[in-house]
Amino acid sequence: MALAEHSGAQTGVMHYLKNNLREYGLLFALIAIMVFFQIVTDGTLLRPVNITNLFLQNSYIIIMALGMLVVIVSGNIDLSVGSVMGFIGALAAVMIVNLDYSVYVTVPICLVVGGLVGAAQGYWVAYWKIPSFIVTLAGMLVFRGLSLWLLEGQSVGPFPREFQVIATGFVPDVLPASVGEGIAPIFGANRLNMLAFLMGIAAAGIIVWSALRQRARNRAYGIEDEPQVFFVARLAIISAALIFIMFKLSTFRGLPNVLITMGVLTVIYTFLTESTTLGRRVYALGGNEKAAKLSGIKTERLTFLAFVNMGVLAAIAGLVFAARLNTATPKAGFALELDVIAAVFIGGASMSGGVGKIVGAVVGAFLMGVLNNGMSIMGIGIDYQQMIKGLVLLAAVIFDVYNKSKQG
Amino acid sequence: MTALLEMRAITKTFPGVKALDQVQLSVREGEIHALVGENGAGKSTLMKVLSGVYPAGSYEGEIHYDGALAEFRDISDSEARGVIIIHQELALVPLLSIAENIFLGNERARGGVIDWRETNARAADLLRKVGLSEAPQTKVDSLGVGKQQLVEIAKALSKDVRLLILDEPTAALSESDSQALLDLMLELKTQGVTQIIISHKLNEVRRVADSVTVIRDGTTVSTMDARSAPITEALIVRDMVGRDMAHRYPERERRSGATLMEVKGWNVWHPEHADRQVIRDVNFTVRAGEVVGIAGLMGAGRTELAMSIFGRSYGRNISGEVLLNGQPADTSNVPRAIAAGLAYVTEDRKSLGLVLDETIQRNITLSNLEAVSTSGVINENEETRVSERYRAAMAIRTPSVFQKVVNLSGGNQQKVVLSKWLFAEPEVLILDEPTRGIDVGAKFEIYGIINDLSAQGKGVVMISSEMPELLGMCDRIYVMNEGALVGELAASEASQERIMSLIVTE
Ligand SMILES: Nc1ncnc2c1ncn2[C@@H]1O[C@H](COP(=O)(O)OP(=O)(O)OP(=O)(O)O)[C@@H](O)[C@H]1O
Ligand SMILES: [Mg+2]
Repeated sequence: MALAEHSGAQTGVMHYLKNNLREYGLLFALIAIMVFFQIVTDGTLLRPVNITNLFLQNSYIIIMALGMLVVIVSGNIDLSVGSVMGFIGALAAVMIVNLDYSVYVTVPICLVVGGLVGAAQGYWVAYWKIPSFIVTLAGMLVFRGLSLWLLEGQSVGPFPREFQVIATGFVPDVLPASVGEGIAPIFGANRLNMLAFLMGIAAAGIIVWSALRQRARNRAYGIEDEPQVFFVARLAIISAALIFIMFKLSTFRGLPNVLITMGVLTVIYTFLTESTTLGRRVYALGGNEKAAKLSGIKTERLTFLAFVNMGVLAAIAGLVFAARLNTATPKAGFALELDVIAAVFIGGASMSGGVGKIVGAVVGAFLMGVLNNGMSIMGIGIDYQQMIKGLVLLAAVIFDVYNKSKQG
Repeated sequence: MTALLEMRAITKTFPGVKALDQVQLSVREGEIHALVGENGAGKSTLMKVLSGVYPAGSYEGEIHYDGALAEFRDISDSEARGVIIIHQELALVPLLSIAENIFLGNERARGGVIDWRETNARAADLLRKVGLSEAPQTKVDSLGVGKQQLVEIAKALSKDVRLLILDEPTAALSESDSQALLDLMLELKTQGVTQIIISHKLNEVRRVADSVTVIRDGTTVSTMDARSAPITEALIVRDMVGRDMAHRYPERERRSGATLMEVKGWNVWHPEHADRQVIRDVNFTVRAGEVVGIAGLMGAGRTELAMSIFGRSYGRNISGEVLLNGQPADTSNVPRAIAAGLAYVTEDRKSLGLVLDETIQRNITLSNLEAVSTSGVINENEETRVSERYRAAMAIRTPSVFQKVVNLSGGNQQKVVLSKWLFAEPEVLILDEPTRGIDVGAKFEIYGIINDLSAQGKGVVMISSEMPELLGMCDRIYVMNEGALVGELAASEASQERIMSLIVTE
């Protein structure tokens, strides 16, 4: 065994691209789809109102995709999340609208109930080794039934204002509106939410900073490095896109509350999965359960926790969803688990567990979201939309498998 | 006899690794040709090139087979020409019967309907040829590894084999199973089947091989021909490791201290068949600084004993006591067993020891993540430093610790498992076949590591089917048979004959 030398920079770049096609492919696909819809919808896609809408529409999918990624990495699946989401929305509606509980009591109770629902399912999966597919299929039916029962088949609403803000509220600007209004004309806008604008710049800054740090680390340990061109290009595109989107938001109503929830959760889960012992153990569990167990990892408890976590996130999603529609309906969350699972697989997670990233799941969810939104703006019928989404999922997974076989 | 196979200037590159560099291999018709070399030298890769696993075009160089240039596109292509490989990892379907496995993909069928009578009759024929008395309908998962290996050979014979490649066929076999397999190889030779065998057991190589090719670092070092001069193990070793190795076992100052671990009245029942007792009233001790061997045949219950002690990972209705430093120790689950100071290096590294799709680094730290993290947050720099340390100490051959374990050669995977458990810093290390599939040089390194542990006053329990290894390394050897300890021998009084007679007389 001798280290092969790369003949010149050219092969180095090609080689790197070949090994990391998956990540670039996903990012590239997202950008391509956005550009495509931006053009065919005559710029409607990236209007500030529509961007805001995109976030609102997809927030609950993204929130659940975070939990689903963990569940799928651990080697399981959760088919019940759509039903659980609907169930929690129904519970919130009944408590607040019918029983007059305060929002501040209802929300924590809903989160706890979500956790309990996850625990009830996780218990059978983790400690009784019942396949998660079956347990959560049962859960899907049970909780769909429970929401029907809770709502007595009716829609319940509307919610008080303080509940609606969970989904439809915006974070107030840090600086007085006059500051934004003063700066706005420079960018040819009428108003500018300084908080959103500054957050965009800050987020881009943080991403660049952590990428630089990672690169320094790679250098220090001789890990194969991303070629300079890609590194700069990738960072430039991501930062520019971030700042651009935040700028657009800032010219509308600023930062939606859900965007903050989503952003914070994404950062937390990225950290949890990539940097903590807990996250590392979940990957090991999904990669080889027996070996993980013999390495002293409490595999049952981890599986259990993955489901509890999923339950809590499904509850948050349920609250956001109910708040956005301003009513709880028996059909809420119907078949949504499929979108969530699709997002995670498009994001590169493996069916057999042990592989997948939070960023991937989030980008996967956005990709689906932009597809939905773009096709709706174009007026494409729901029939075609379903078909196209199905094919995109298939294509993404085929791409994965093909990629893997070429590396092996 | 002419050359049946000529591999010329074969070069094969993986991302970042040149696994083969201008390798030459020439195999005569009707001979048994041994391919030896250190872990990661490229033996398995060379055979995968030969058998079409890596198709023509994915490597450089030429393969001349049976007088013509061969460019196999895949395995079925090479099989059609009579080249059949039995991989290092067995590839049988456990829940299918022997007969079904033998004819898998090559079914005896008429118009898509399987002819069971012919299938079973032909299978029975083949089983007789390889010396198996099992019924063809027996499910493969009820067979031991030794018999499974014979089924693999029967499967190869069902396909009109001309060149049979065996990649470490005896690595997982007991002494007697290995002998049976080698006899079968010699028998096949008389029937004109040319064979290539990869093995780290040099005594076996010497016994069956007509010629030996040594590979080191992806290049051919030498080819020896038994017809011109007798092949000795010393000669092979010298070419393999590039220097003379006077001793197979490093010297160790034997001094054992106070009793470190004591197992008392250990009883274990089978996890599925509740009425079958697997371990019967086992008592043994390990002193500080001592290397204790457990000898026995395959199926004697050694792995079951070890795993049941290590966090009750095997069996049910376990009773008995484990004392560490004289105090009763809680080993009721794996985390507690590890906390109490135990570690168990499994004999089955692929399914029980490693997360194959993860990197070397992540595998090494897995059982002791706390040591590289603060309040649950992993310090990746520290993690890399640690794994780099083990990479150097264990001589793991890899371009970097960020390489996925699945891409390592078998022996190097074993070193990763060992590193993982050394990093857990146990008081008592239980090693289950620790040198299985490991080359002589690396074995020596591993023995050295065992000696270091013992010098630090740790206890080592070594389960091994290779008696010379037990005799060379251990201070005391327990002999196990059918779930019970049937004898105990001090190093000074132990010999292969005495161990065998203890097993047999019981
Ligand atoms: N798919 C792969 N990707 C990257 N590297 C690989 C791959 N397969 C093998 N290698 C590397 O090629 C080298 C040769 O491996 P190979 O499995 O042929 O060794 P071997 O001689 O059979 O060793 P052992 O005796 O341990 O089985 C090793 O360094 C290994 O890490
Ligand atoms: Mg090999």
